[in-house]
Parts: sequence; C-alpha cells; structure tokens
Amino acid sequence: MEKVVDPKIYFRTAIALLLLLAATWMIAYINLGLFNLIAALAIAITKAIVIALFFMHIKGSSRLLHLAAIAGVMWLLILISLTLSDFLTRGWTQ
Amino acid sequence: MKTAIEIDIQTEGEMPREHYLNVKTGVKAWLLTMDHKRIGILYLWTILVFFLIASVAAAMMRIELLTPQGDFVTNETYNKLFTIHGVLMVWFFLIPSIPTVLGNFAIPMMIGARDVAFPKLNLLSWYIFVAGGALTLWAIIHGGVDTGWTFYTPYSTTYANSHVITMAAGVFVAGFSSIITGMNFMATIHKMRAAGLTWFRLPLFIWSMYATSVILVLATPVLAITLAVMCVERIWGVGIFDPKLGGDPILFQHMFWFYSHPAVYIMILPGMGVVSELITCFSRKQIFGYGFVAAASMAIAVLGFLVWGHHMFVSSQSVYAGMVFSILSFLVAIPSAIKVFNWTATLHKGSIHFATPMLYALGFIGLFTIGGMTGLFLATLAVDVHVHDSYFVIAHFHYIMVGGMVMAFMGGLHYWWPKITGRLYPEMAGKLAALTTFLGFNLTFFPQFILGYLGMPRRYHAYPPEFQMFNVLSTAGASILGIGYLLPLIYFLWSLKFGRVAGPNPWRATGLEWQTPSPPPKHNFEDKTPIVTEKPYSYSAKEDADLNLASI
Amino acid sequence: MNTTTTIEAGLVHQQFDDIGQQREAAKLGMWIFLATEVLFFGGLFLSYTVYRFVYGHAFVEASRKLDVVIGGTNTAVLLISSLLMAFAVRASKLDQRRMLTGLLLGTAFLGCVFMLLKGVEYHKDYVDHLVPRMGFKWEGADPGNAELFYWIYFAMTGLHAIHVTVGIGILLVLALLAWRNTFSNGNHNTIEIAGLYWHFVDIVWCFLFPLLYLVGHR
Repeated sequence: MEKVVDPKIYFRTAIALLLLLAATWMIAYINLGLFNLIAALAIAITKAIVIALFFMHIKGSSRLLHLAAIAGVMWLLILISLTLSDFLTRGWTQ
Repeated sequence: MKTAIEIDIQTEGEMPREHYLNVKTGVKAWLLTMDHKRIGILYLWTILVFFLIASVAAAMMRIELLTPQGDFVTNETYNKLFTIHGVLMVWFFLIPSIPTVLGNFAIPMMIGARDVAFPKLNLLSWYIFVAGGALTLWAIIHGGVDTGWTFYTPYSTTYANSHVITMAAGVFVAGFSSIITGMNFMATIHKMRAAGLTWFRLPLFIWSMYATSVILVLATPVLAITLAVMCVERIWGVGIFDPKLGGDPILFQHMFWFYSHPAVYIMILPGMGVVSELITCFSRKQIFGYGFVAAASMAIAVLGFLVWGHHMFVSSQSVYAGMVFSILSFLVAIPSAIKVFNWTATLHKGSIHFATPMLYALGFIGLFTIGGMTGLFLATLAVDVHVHDSYFVIAHFHYIMVGGMVMAFMGGLHYWWPKITGRLYPEMAGKLAALTTFLGFNLTFFPQFILGYLGMPRRYHAYPPEFQMFNVLSTAGASILGIGYLLPLIYFLWSLKFGRVAGPNPWRATGLEWQTPSPPPKHNFEDKTPIVTEKPYSYSAKEDADLNLASI
Repeated sequence: MNTTTTIEAGLVHQQFDDIGQQREAAKLGMWIFLATEVLFFGGLFLSYTVYRFVYGHAFVEASRKLDVVIGGTNTAVLLISSLLMAFAVRASKLDQRRMLTGLLLGTAFLGCVFMLLKGVEYHKDYVDHLVPRMGFKWEGADPGNAELFYWIYFAMTGLHAIHVTVGIGILLVLALLAWRNTFSNGNHNTIEIAGLYWHFVDIVWCFLFPLLYLVGHR
C-alpha cells in the first residue's frame, strides 16, 4: 500500500474552493472599479494554487515538479507582459 | 572518462554479431520499433526527404535570380517556392534535424540509459511528424501556398488564394511531435542518468539538448494556438486579428514570433552542443570553462524568449517596445560570445586533428560568428529599419541556420556515423565535402549581405540589373553547395556496405556512447551499467601524442 | 532489488531501473505537458488580455449578456468533479477496485453535466444573437468590439470544452480498465496522470469564469 492523503484534507480543499467561488461571484455584484478585476484575478489564482497544492499533490512533491508547475505560468507572464509593452505604449488605448 | 567499464580500443575492429540494426529486420519491425536508435534513423530518412524537396525549391529560386527579369517562373510561383522552402526547411528539416536524429540516437547512450523515458511516445512523435509532413506535402502538390513561412495576417486570413489552412495544419500537427520530443528528452535527462552522472558531469551536448527541449516545450504550444486561431479566422470569416472588429494583425506577429524567435535557438543550440563534443575530441582537450558553456546554453534558452519583437521593428509596434526588444536582443550576444570564446580557448594549445567532423566544427565557429555579429546589426533598431526585409536578413539567418546548424549537423553525423552504422565513411571524401560545403556556402550567402545592404529586397523574383553580378555569384555558390551536400549522401550510402569497420571507439572519445560496441546492442550497454566518476572530456593531448584521427 | 519489487517487476518498463523511477518520470512528463497546455491556452489568454486593456469598456458591456448562473454552476460542477478525481487517485493507491471505478464514472458524469450545461448556454447565446458571424447582433455601442469579445469567449470556452470532452473519454476508458482490475498492485500511475490532467482542466475554468463572466461588476 502507498501512503495516501487523509480524506479530510480533500474535503476541506473542496469546501475552500466552493467558498472562493461564492466570494468571487458575490464581489462581482459590488462596484469596486478596478478592484473588481484585481479581486477576481486574485481569487482565481488562489483557487489554482489550492487545486495544485492539494488535489495535484504539489505539496510534498519534489522541487523539480514545483519548477515544472511554475515554468508554464512564468512563460505565460513573459508572453503577456512583453506583448503589453507594445500595446500599452502605442497611445491608442482608451 | 575513465569509468568502471574498461573497453580496449580497437583500431581495426570487428562488427559485433548482434546489434540493434540486425536484431529484428523487416519493414514491420522498423515501423513498430520503440528503440530510440532506430527512431533516430527513421527521422533521418524522413528529414532527408523534406531537405531534398526544400533544396529543389531553393535551386529553382536561385535559377530564377540568375537574371534580373522574371523569366524562369512567374512571380506567383516564386512566392510559392520561397514558402515551400521556408516551411519545409524550418519545420521539417532544421527544427527536427539534430534533436530527433542525433539527439534520439545519442542522448540515452550518452547518459548511460537503455532508452528514452517514453519510448512509445517517441515512436508516436515520428508518426505525428510524418502526418504533419504529409499534410504539408498535400498542400504543396495541390497548388502550394504563397504567404511565406510566416503566415502573416491579414494576408493569410483574408487575401491569399491558396492552401493556407492545410499547410498551417501540417505545421500545427508537426508541432506536437516537437512537444513530445522535448518532453521526452527532459524527462529522460532528469530521471535516467547513469550512476554518478551528476549535472556537471554531463556532456555539453546533453546540456544543449536540455535547453533545446525547454524551448520546444514552452514555445511550440503558442505557435500551435496561433496557427489554429489564424485558420479559424480564415474559415469563419471573422476573428481576433480582424481590423473590422478592432482586432490587430500585429498581435498575430507577437504570438508568431514568441514561438519563432526561440525556434531560431531550437535550430542553433543543438548545433552548439555537437560542436562542443567535436572541438574537445579533435583537439584532445578538456573544454575550457565547462560551467560557462553549459550555463550559456540555458541562458540562451531563457533570453531567447525575451527578444521576439526585433522581428517587428518596422511593423506598427510601438517605438518604446522596439527599444526594449532591441536592448534585450543585445543580451543574447553575451552567452553566444561566451561559447565562441570558450571553443576558441579550447583549441588553444590543443593537439588538433583535422578530421572531417572537426572541419565542420571549425567551419561552424567561423560562420556562426559572422551570422551572430550581423545579428547585432539587425538588433540595432535604426540599422534594422534600413536593412529590414532585405537580402541582408536572408544572409544573416542563413549564416546561422545553414552555416551554423547544418554544418554542425553534418559534423555530428560524421562523428556518430561509425556509432550508428559500425562503419567509417571515407575520410578523404569527407574532407572534400566539408571544404566544398564551406566554400559553396560562403559564395552563396556572402554576396547576399552586400545585396541587402545595397537595397535588394527579399521575396521578389525580378530585380534591377545592377544587382545581377552578386546574384550570379550567389547562384554559382549554391551549385557548389549542392555538390557539397550530394557528396556525403553518396559516400554515406557507400560506406554502409564498403566502409571500414569502425570498432567501438574510432575517435578515442570519452563519452559513454563510445564505451559500447558499434553499432550498439539493442539496449545500448549489454549487461553492464555504466558508472561515471569523472568530469567529461578528460582528454590528454600528451597521452594521445601519437594519435592521428585525421587519417583514420 | 528488494522484496517489494517482485510484484512490481512486471510493471516496470525495460528502460527503467525500478517502479519509483518510472513513476517519477511519468509524473514529470505530465507536468511538463501541462506547462505546454498553459501556453497553448496562453495564446488565447494573451489575446483576451490585450483587447481587455484596449477595449475595456466594451468588454465589460459585452460580458454582462453572458449567463452567469450557468457559468457559476458549471464552476461548482467542475470543482466537485475534481474532488471525486482526487478520491479516485486515492482509491487506486489503496487498491479499491469498486470504489475507483465508481469515482471515475462519477467524475466523468460531472464532466458530462458540465458539457450539457455548456451546450444549453451555447444555444442560448445563439438565440440571443451572440455568436460571431452567425447572426451576431449588438444593440449597444462598439458592436465590433463586442463581437471580438464573443469570438474570444467562444474560442476559450470551446478549447476548454474540447479538453473536457477528451478528459471524459479518458475517464470512461480508465473506468472500464479499472473494472477489469488493471490498476491493482501498485499500477496506479495512469490514474494519477489522468487526474493531473483533469485538475488542470478545472484550473483553466477557474480563470475563464471570472475573466469572461465577471469582467467588471455586473
């Protein structure tokens, strides 16, 4: 038999995720200006991290897997930020 | 490298009785093989076919450019020729060349493994590659595509009346073969190394293949989604690059070059790895600055992702972004220069053997340096505005891709040929071919630097008469270059039957792959598992004073 | 070789030394594949981000027409399916054949519920003239930019739906194999790898939901 995770952890993870979903849904109905977007993204990132850590067992995995999990996101940030360095400096944003 | 296994070096060896080539024969055994060495050979034949087709396209273009008038082919055909040449050479020859042929063949052996981590996926990657190639060939046979290999929007989505979708689909499919290969190599290099083979004992070829795999894995998916979105826009009639909706065609260029600039490093990093192997072996010296050369590979892989905008200086990209990309582009010169300096320092006071692989490696260093230096011209925002889309650019990237990558590929193929087939190629013919290639290459592409600087734009089938002399020189060079490529094709085939038997280690090289018979047994190392106790390249010029690898 | 490897010997492919190396390699391979998936979706996330910045106002307006109830419910459906999948991986490690089969089928079922709701929503979008080029009609300002938003919406959710469909297919095959006792005695690697894929698809939706349905405040 392999060592397995305590079921409680999975249940807690799921409850946390559902609560985060409720939070993001509710915040959308309050006008917070730019903060709406920031809150939505922050919650989405938190959900992603929670899923990766507990459902995908990144917690307790080797550093190599941590690196592999982060690499894709890092490269996506390179793609987005350098492309925006063009679009945000063109002078035709509203 | 002195390891637990001691294999006595035979100069006049015998072929092993059973090896990976004769263990199971027949078409079915080859088509269902999961042996990384055989898959390497499958790839070799496949990319050879694409190389030949793409070369024919190049030859037709060079014939057209002999005269200023467009008299050999129409402008429309010419557009299709350079598209065929670009698409096939980039995606179906250069990108797979060293990784899938030499990488597949050598990586597991060089790290002391029995196979790659995922042999089934490895075979699958070949089938996917063939499927992608078939789609592309279908598009060529049914009339071709005239967008150029870059598929720029809105021309590709709206105006081009050719088989854009099929050809882009071919490239899309072939991309997954790249991704699988990269993933496989990374898992293999991480998890399958022999006992004692720490990261800093790895041959530099492994480091460069690892860096290449990182790019394959992280860049290729962006190309895939870009081409998919472009195709959907062409089919659907509206899309995100469509100015009618407020979309921006420049976004396509950003996404395309996010892949295609790192792809340039997919095409050169493996070559750098091969050259590190060749320079050390044929100058009988430890590499100068191992850590720097290894780190430079990784630095090139990462920095390569930060510079794509230098392809877009004259698009409507913002001037600010242009400046940022220009500065970042200069950074890539640092690790590239580190490599060139370290190879040169390795040669210093080495006992240099001018064997065929070494001739290719030396050619690589010179041509890559020219290609790299002219790259700095192009990275300079102001200069690029002048020479953008001219023959200067053509000459620059052919110095990198043909002068760099193809020279390294040929060098590596000669170097590992005795390991692949168990037989040596004829050395004199090899030297002749290497020199012919070098001369032909320079004659073809050096005049193009001048042409570009004088203002001849790329992608036209006719040109003003004052450019004719340089174009004639270039076409003459291309014919010589063609001979340089045909010669190895002939003597390699000849050597399969008549070549001298090589023995396990004809070059007295130190890598693990040389510690097993040539050709190797099915699982590479028979029963013995290699153990590594030393750094790579522990050559000694003194010990090998009587050696003459150039007349082997 | 120690004693525990005797059962596992049949499972270890010839290129590996032991089952541990094989599992590690497979997991690493899957994570690398997921990194490529991030960038595969990444092209669309980039397009979204660029146009969100350039046409922010139009995007907020366009997003309000999407059905947030279906989108939100679907998020919950996927999150719960992820929970079942996590338990499926656990069951495979504990050698619980019936449990494993049931959980895989349950996960696949929730995947189907997601697809069903998505289908209902797509139909509603069509009726509301929100499908680009297929009778797209927009009463407000900037109809072009709104159409751009809906193009991206269909591209992103469509690509995601393809991934869900593939996932359902994989889960059903695995459920059948699990019923035939394929994954017993430590042969649970495949389940774990499939689980990683399913969780990844869930993560993508965790971003799609707020970005597409809750662009600004509603």
